[in-house]
Amino acid sequence: MTSLETVEEREGGVVARLLAWLGRVFLAVIIPLIAFAVIYVGFIFLRDSDAPKWVIAVVAIIWGVGGVALLYWVFNGIVEQLSDQWRQRLQPFVFVGPGMAILLWYLALPVYRTFWLSLFHRDGFPEGFSVWLPWSWPAAMQSDAFVGVSNYVAMFSERLLQEAFRNNVMWIIFGSTFSVVFGLLVAVLADRSRFERVSKSLIFLPMAISFVGASVIWNFMYEVRPAELPQIGVLNAIVVALGGSPHPWDKWVAVAPWNNLFLILIVIWLQVGFAMVLFSAALKGIPEELLEAGRVDGANEVQIFFSIMIPYIMGTIITVWTTIVIFTLKIFDVVWVMTGGQFGTHVIATQFYRQSFTARNSGIGSAIAIILLITVIPVMIYNLRQFREQEAF
Amino acid sequence: MKGQRWIGFLLVNGVLLLLVLVWSVPTLGLFISSFRDRFDIQTSGWWTVFPHREWETVAVLDPKELGLDPDGVMAVEGVEGTFTELREGVQSPDGDTRVTWVGNKRLGRIEVQQQTWTTKWNFTLENYKQVLLGQDTEITKADGTVEVVPGQDMTQAFLNSLTVAIPSTIIPILIAAYAAYAFAWMNFPGRRVLFIIVVGLLVVPLQIALVPILGDYNKLGLNGTFLAIWLAHTGFGLALATYLLFNYIRTLPRDILESAFIDGASHFTIFNRLILPLSVPALASFAIFQFLWVWNDYLVALVFLGVDPTNKVVTQRLADLTGTFGNDWHLLTAGAFVTMILPLLVFFSLQRYFVRGLLAGSVKG
Repeated sequence: MTSLETVEEREGGVVARLLAWLGRVFLAVIIPLIAFAVIYVGFIFLRDSDAPKWVIAVVAIIWGVGGVALLYWVFNGIVEQLSDQWRQRLQPFVFVGPGMAILLWYLALPVYRTFWLSLFHRDGFPEGFSVWLPWSWPAAMQSDAFVGVSNYVAMFSERLLQEAFRNNVMWIIFGSTFSVVFGLLVAVLADRSRFERVSKSLIFLPMAISFVGASVIWNFMYEVRPAELPQIGVLNAIVVALGGSPHPWDKWVAVAPWNNLFLILIVIWLQVGFAMVLFSAALKGIPEELLEAGRVDGANEVQIFFSIMIPYIMGTIITVWTTIVIFTLKIFDVVWVMTGGQFGTHVIATQFYRQSFTARNSGIGSAIAIILLITVIPVMIYNLRQFREQEAF
Repeated sequence: MKGQRWIGFLLVNGVLLLLVLVWSVPTLGLFISSFRDRFDIQTSGWWTVFPHREWETVAVLDPKELGLDPDGVMAVEGVEGTFTELREGVQSPDGDTRVTWVGNKRLGRIEVQQQTWTTKWNFTLENYKQVLLGQDTEITKADGTVEVVPGQDMTQAFLNSLTVAIPSTIIPILIAAYAAYAFAWMNFPGRRVLFIIVVGLLVVPLQIALVPILGDYNKLGLNGTFLAIWLAHTGFGLALATYLLFNYIRTLPRDILESAFIDGASHFTIFNRLILPLSVPALASFAIFQFLWVWNDYLVALVFLGVDPTNKVVTQRLADLTGTFGNDWHLLTAGAFVTMILPLLVFFSLQRYFVRGLLAGSVKG
């Protein structure tokens, strides 16, 4: 580039200008080509190579991260070759475009596509149908594959799915309530303790553990041995020490649906740390004068907690509660690993997985996904309203 | 007044200590068990590694030598009892000694046991070797038969998890940072509408996307590849990343941008040279958040990485273990700890950033 420009200055002739133009075109074409070639070679290497696993891992990481950076650089390079006016018009889309395209592909359009899938029978769309081509709709709707709302009807009438809905309601009620209550309790106590940092760290620690890991941890807590052998699970050991008989808690069908509580406990264990961190920050934001004023007026600590602290951090409580509700609504890993949905413990997300990928019934699976989406719509509206009130734009 | 404060102190710290204990015991039990011998895990609780009182046989006596009559009341080592009572074990009045008749009436023996303080302080790295190295191990059982336990090769899964998690963390951050910059500081038609879409997509459950995206991957031949899962995690994390980074980049002082423009810098240069370095706290917060999310994810890996054992990530391997070796706690505990070690390290070293990320907003779809 620089050399071309200096040539242009010295000669000032038509030939030089032509050369400069050719150079630009050359750069605009050849660099992207090289970039794409590099990305393609990387892809082929990753797909077919027999290199040691760690080499592939390193190449994959460099290729993945570097490839994305390279794409931005190339597209930006092309746009910067254009005239000022076009550059100003196009550059924002180079920045925003990839992100929006991915969001569109992975979240926005699937809503529409999954909705269509939920109207068809288990094998999906009939031949020749496309959700993007309206003229292909009428024929498909007359075919046997089109079942209308009967997937939704089936969902609410089938016993297993009703059970999943009932369990999920339990998850939402108990999971969110106990997480919020314990989170608040720990936040308030830690705030007054000299051991605040240590205790908060330890309660927060399960946040770093995967659901699968937590399932193993709690399976071990619930482990049951025949009554005559020593118990190796903490809970049954306590029960036996107190004179009871050992039980396989979460798989204890006799107490269904209450055996779900033993699964919910795991998620409470994981989520209290999250609630605690947010409450702790909110509590520290309460002005000291407010609390002092309460104490001067003769309120005791309990009264201060309920009539000053709680109202003051109500916004945070609602946020945390909503987050945990959304979270428990989609709970999957814990149930899938602990019981596989047996013993009356299926939830919506495990049924979604079972229907979509095990039973290969994309119709019912999609209908379940749509129901999941509908239940979060109030939160979506709330978010949008908050956004409009902030007037960030 | 002073007494009251003392009670308050005790109450606060006592309840807190209790909660902390309850919260730590499950992880602690797993951690300790993972270093215990296979046989020990199966026969005694992990808490026996702490000092505790246990009956220990101090003497074995022959009833015939002592001249005892099994049909009457017998007096041994300071306790008395009939045969049936002794079969159950009779404790001395001070509770320190227990005398038990073992065996039948004619050929039995008498064991004298005393309660002593012991610890089962017997640790091994064998479980980790078995889980990590993937060697088959031979185990001689009590009855003399040899059982071969296939190795678990978690090392492979660990590498896979890294290969999945690192790009799945960096790619969405990069893409989101560009988008956030454009939303914050560039003017273009459709800016508001596009950002509203981002906010709306914040809570969309990812379940909605799994079936259509799996179909797309099948058509593109991407199924089971790392690229597929990177893109999936990017797609599912991008809305939150864009939203958080936008909120941060917007608060950076506008003067920087303007003076850089006057100096002739392009948007691309400003972004790379100014915005990225200045946004490090926000980038780090989201990075930790996303890294833990991806590392701990099970569902997305299950759907998009498929059943090819060479591709499985640690959560999948661990879930497989619980399925096939549900009672082999020496494998499960060590395996679980292998999956947890990296997130725990990240968590402890970067806790402050993580907390900041949580505070910035954590409604994820």
